[in-house]
Amino acid sequence: MSSDLLEQKSPPVPRVITTKPRFTDKVFRAVVTSGGMVSLVLLGLIGFFLIYNGFEAIQNAGLSFLTGFDWADAIPEIDQPAMYGVGAMLFGTIVTGILAMLFGVPIAVGTALFLSYYAPEWLKKPMVVVVDVMAAIPSIVYGLWGFFVLMPHAEYWAKLIHKYLSFIPIFDMPAPVFTRSPFIAGLVLAIMIMPIITAISREVFAQTPPERIQAAYALGATKWSMIKAVVFPYGRGGVVGGAMLGLGRALGETVAVYTVLNLVYDIRIEILLSSGGNVASMIVNKFGEADFVELQALMAAGFVLFIVTLIVNFIANFIINKTARE
Amino acid sequence: MSHQDNPNSTNDREANMDQKTQNQARDTQRRDATRRPVSSHSLADVANSRLSSVGVPSGSSTGLEARGIHAWFGSKHVLEDISLDFFTGTVTALIGPSGCGKSTFIRILNRMHEFIPTAALAGQVILDGKDVYDAGVDVTKIRLKVGMVFQKPNPFPSMTIRENVLSGLKLAQIKIENADELLESCLRRAGLWDEVKDRLNEYGGALSGGQQQRLCIARSLAVNPQVLLMDEPCSALDPGSTLRIEETIRKLSASMSIVIVTHNMQQAARVSDFTGFFLADGGPGRLIESGATNDIFTNPKQQRTEDYVSGRFG
Repeated sequence: MSSDLLEQKSPPVPRVITTKPRFTDKVFRAVVTSGGMVSLVLLGLIGFFLIYNGFEAIQNAGLSFLTGFDWADAIPEIDQPAMYGVGAMLFGTIVTGILAMLFGVPIAVGTALFLSYYAPEWLKKPMVVVVDVMAAIPSIVYGLWGFFVLMPHAEYWAKLIHKYLSFIPIFDMPAPVFTRSPFIAGLVLAIMIMPIITAISREVFAQTPPERIQAAYALGATKWSMIKAVVFPYGRGGVVGGAMLGLGRALGETVAVYTVLNLVYDIRIEILLSSGGNVASMIVNKFGEADFVELQALMAAGFVLFIVTLIVNFIANFIINKTARE
Repeated sequence: MSHQDNPNSTNDREANMDQKTQNQARDTQRRDATRRPVSSHSLADVANSRLSSVGVPSGSSTGLEARGIHAWFGSKHVLEDISLDFFTGTVTALIGPSGCGKSTFIRILNRMHEFIPTAALAGQVILDGKDVYDAGVDVTKIRLKVGMVFQKPNPFPSMTIRENVLSGLKLAQIKIENADELLESCLRRAGLWDEVKDRLNEYGGALSGGQQQRLCIARSLAVNPQVLLMDEPCSALDPGSTLRIEETIRKLSASMSIVIVTHNMQQAARVSDFTGFFLADGGPGRLIESGATNDIFTNPKQQRTEDYVSGRFG
């Protein structure tokens, strides 16, 4: 009898667990939620503003807006329509971004390693401050410094590279003009993105579990072999994420690049040549005298840049979070 | 450096003298011990039964000696005048309550002490007749000769089991030809071979805690150390794993000198030939008594040792 009853019982259903939040908790929750929402909404509004204003330009040009080289206003006298394409500028942006990473990441990782494992205590703190201050220097200052101080030296380096490595196509020179090249822009950008990569790398290096470091030392490791075996594998994701954040900054950098780079509406792979492209600099360059149609195209270009940097930043965050979980 | 010339002035330091006489009397004690029947399971009996299983060490070959070791962290004096010899082919257990400086002491033996920023020390650690703290000594070579196993198993998670075992060679930039042979012999000596021989390319983190600890032992064996320091190697492990590690220690002790810090008195009695009892009575840690393990557990000379090993405090 009783066993029958037991068998008829339905299987247990998980209970719903709820908590009644207090009033103060609700208020706080509302404050931080709206704070978080503001940034999301702003981001969305900016994207919407750009696509709303630039939509017509993209619609007119179609895919050639991304692939086209030319940025030419309409010339009614010869019936030539306006042709706007960010292809060359986008290519240039990516080239300078990659160059900035190539120069900047090794310097930044080296600096972070030095600060974490080699620097004497008295030097550590001031140096951390100096590196952080580097991030706060206005980009026009980097631009001017790059133009007046770095460029004469970089020009010489570029000539050396060309002299010995010109058999590699990217170091070839169709015309002997070495100033204001993507190479120099990449150097300036490298110095600008170094602080953030250094800061993030230093942070992940500092989190390396001490017991692993000790294990390596107890096996007779030298400092460098310990770093290779323990610190790098642990910090790899963080460094990559930091580098991507740096890349995001390098792609969006405007004034410094505008100062040191010669904008040419052409795709050229010769990085030492005084001919480069950069979407953000191009917008600054054209904005002042743009008519309505061109303004629309500039908005669209801004939208493209916005999307590219957004994607890079998302990838960066994804990599950093993935590493943090491991 | 002059500590060893000083006459031992306090009562506590008699312990240091005691060891010397005990060393001479050791062989006699051993022969006596083997005759004793093992009838019950007190610590003393455990210690005695252990003696019958080990060979008589060659007393002349002192692999490692600590001479008048003092240690400080900042201005805090944590170890006072510790002198202790370690013999090849024996296991020395260091026992004592938490915070008495046992771990600090063994970290001094392979120069891991200096990684703590405020750490300082005095005295000498003699390895093969040379002071490891002499100027111009290559510290990485010292750590190759004096290996270490830590409290928490710490295999390198980015490396496979195979890479973990051979990591010491890579870290110290030693080239060998028969890596596979070495891999197998190290894992066998650590008692792990049968469990991992089919999964050598899996990551070290995939093993259980006890297996990880034996992997760490195998890893330290690969560079062929003459002394192995173990800082509470079983404190994070279950009894089964502990047993297996103790078996490993027993096997290894034939070919090297092992120093083990343990809070487990049973373990000290089971695996060690010699025992050192550390105590910090509010002040710096001192070596209260040291000698053959069965003496420490059966008839210790100091009242405080007896109180500790019989569980009256600590």
